[in-house]
Amino acid sequence: MTSAEQERSDLLAGFAPFARLSPAQRARVAAMARPVSYPEGTRLFDEGQDAKGCWLIQTGQVALQSEVPGRGSVTVHTLGPGDMLGWSWLVPPHHWHFTASAHTPVSAIAVDTAALRALADGDPALGYPLLLGILEAALARLQSTRWRLLDLYGSPHAR
Amino acid sequence: MRGELAAARSPGAAADTMLPAAYLVTHRSAETADTATLRLAPAGAALPAFRPGQFTMLCRPGIGEVAISVSGDPSAGDGSLTQTIRDVGAVSGALYRARPGDLIGVRGPFGTSWDMDPARGDDLLIVGGGVGLAPLRPVLLGALARRADYRRVILIAGARGPAEFLFRGQLSDWAAMPGLAVELTIDRAAAGWDGTVGFVTEPLGRLTLDVARTSAFLCGPEIMMRLCARILMSRGIMADRIQVSLERNMKCGVGLCGHCQLGPLLLCRHGPVLSWAQAAPLLAVREL
Repeated sequence: MTSAEQERSDLLAGFAPFARLSPAQRARVAAMARPVSYPEGTRLFDEGQDAKGCWLIQTGQVALQSEVPGRGSVTVHTLGPGDMLGWSWLVPPHHWHFTASAHTPVSAIAVDTAALRALADGDPALGYPLLLGILEAALARLQSTRWRLLDLYGSPHAR
Repeated sequence: MRGELAAARSPGAAADTMLPAAYLVTHRSAETADTATLRLAPAGAALPAFRPGQFTMLCRPGIGEVAISVSGDPSAGDGSLTQTIRDVGAVSGALYRARPGDLIGVRGPFGTSWDMDPARGDDLLIVGGGVGLAPLRPVLLGALARRADYRRVILIAGARGPAEFLFRGQLSDWAAMPGLAVELTIDRAAAGWDGTVGFVTEPLGRLTLDVARTSAFLCGPEIMMRLCARILMSRGIMADRIQVSLERNMKCGVGLCGHCQLGPLLLCRHGPVLSWAQAAPLLAVREL
């Protein structure tokens, strides 16, 4: 393993989807990962496109957006450092459900998800903890979305 | 009305916490569609100076009295009070609609205050949701007035939408201020919003924290405070370094009537500001 791959392997440990992997398993994933950076405004993917790749955000923010008739492009969620962007590569129909844009300059680790899925399919000892980690991250985002649905700050008159 | 309130401020009555002092509304600024900030000046003798986190009982004669947190600058030193009021009922609605020149009755200040001493030399983390930002504003203003006393000062504020942040003009100024990190986040997607979309727990979870040297001040809906405290504790911050401001039905303000009882505490006297170590076991009891 190169020193760059070792560094990326260590970085992966800080992201929930990869936190359960052993150092050796993370090293295998690190070989499929590369550092990337995007200027503000860059579109990482568009709603409806084939879902390929995921990004582990190190710095900056990414806006998940949807085009709403009459309202334009609306940000439904903002992701930041420590978050994983892109899950739709994992489950059918493998299409992006939202558009992702760099809200600020972003640096991230991009993972080749075709290779990652093949690795997980072929090695359940890696695939299972990987899926648990992704589920943990997805659940955290689901809970956060549910709390938003509670409309906690809304006026008591409007409830 | 002026006569009723002036009579209540007769000499010798100043120390009587049950008698309202007359204050004149000198300025009103609309914060949101249902919330306004009033600046009040004493029409007679001023009440004692408030400490950040304390509340007063504000009354519109003939309508009623409600507890409202002080949202002003603790170092103002001119006897004025700044209070931010949301129209959620008959009394708060009447206060919200008050205009410059109106007289308002004020008792207080009451209750415990945010303890900023443990944060000296350390990081100060302020998390406010909705109108919960109002009682935290004196903390932030106090910290900015003594900026050298703290390392990082971080403000995370959440609101339903962009138009529902309190102190919007000041938030913009704070966001541009060196030495103060501000993150604003909204719950509901909104066209044209340039900030973060997500619950306040999300930017909180992403923060790089020096857990042994961080004091957190939380105010907002109780669920929000509970979730934020849970995240902070999972990151390693001790419960006694987390403070919250609780709200119950404050009536007398001095611990006599018992309306604001929360388990063994009377929140008008033992609160509203409590450490999470005190508050957590009480909030875990349903219908307490």
